[in-house]
Amino acid sequence: MYLESGVSTAVKVLVVGHFGVGKTTCIRSISEIEPLSTEEEITEASVGFDDLSGTPDKTTTTVAMDFGRLTLSDEVVLYLFGTPGQERFKEMWEELSRGALGALVLVDPERLSDSFPVLDLVERFGLTYAIGVNRFEGTPDYPLDEVREALNLSADTPVVRCDVRDQQSAAQALITLVEHLLTLSD
Amino acid sequence: MTDEPEPGLELTSSLVPLFVITNGRSLPPEHAYERTTLVSASQDASDAEARTLSPEARQVLELVTGGFLSVAEVAAHTHLPLGIVRILLAQLEERGLIAARKPIPRAEHVDRDVLNAVLDGLRARFGA
Repeated sequence: MYLESGVSTAVKVLVVGHFGVGKTTCIRSISEIEPLSTEEEITEASVGFDDLSGTPDKTTTTVAMDFGRLTLSDEVVLYLFGTPGQERFKEMWEELSRGALGALVLVDPERLSDSFPVLDLVERFGLTYAIGVNRFEGTPDYPLDEVREALNLSADTPVVRCDVRDQQSAAQALITLVEHLLTLSD
Repeated sequence: MTDEPEPGLELTSSLVPLFVITNGRSLPPEHAYERTTLVSASQDASDAEARTLSPEARQVLELVTGGFLSVAEVAAHTHLPLGIVRILLAQLEERGLIAARKPIPRAEHVDRDVLNAVLDGLRARFGA
């Protein structure tokens, strides 16, 4: 449960995507610990939301945020934070994106338009990202350049196919992101 | 009896016990305890000091007596909301009961050494 005593550098990567895209499954596949979750409160304007609280302007909701951990050397530990991609979580994004190495954006090739709000947040918070096109049971492999085009990605954004239930495959998507980060740091 | 809360009443019931847990302390600036800040009990934490803590603060202190954990893990293991854990940690650090290793502040360019360590670590672990 505890970190090795020499571990002094903690870094983080956000695993982001819309509801049901496989964020927690991805974290579960590669984390060295059983994924944990934090409870946190988000405050949101109640306009347009079902408001049962009776307070006129704001409502407070508790959300659970899943995360995992990977010790990568004697000194470095990587935390993976599953981050929901809706606009109403933007305050949380502000904190989560601070100091993050980058983001692995998981997309469902059959629901690409659901990823637009996610990409909007990732870009707004200045995160470098790679796209993991998650493979879902019974769906064909869509050509990656079609995904790139549909999501209007820049030419250098890596797009990889993955099956987040598979450890190797999920890890490879993460490695693709880190390689991309290294290229940009040249 | 009506389900309508009193107009103008701002506090929800759940805030009251949380307020008590933290002795009415407000949230420290978020960056003081990022979720990736690593915390552990200080070597010289005295039992006498620990006895005066709230049960929740003591719960946090006991957890990190075993070694370093991230703030996020402390919140997850204690089942306390992240915001509360941050306040409790600030109290504990103020009393010299815990030591914290803060994450590196965001640099203009992410340190290549760190990225290389991450990449090497991932390749070694997953054989990719």
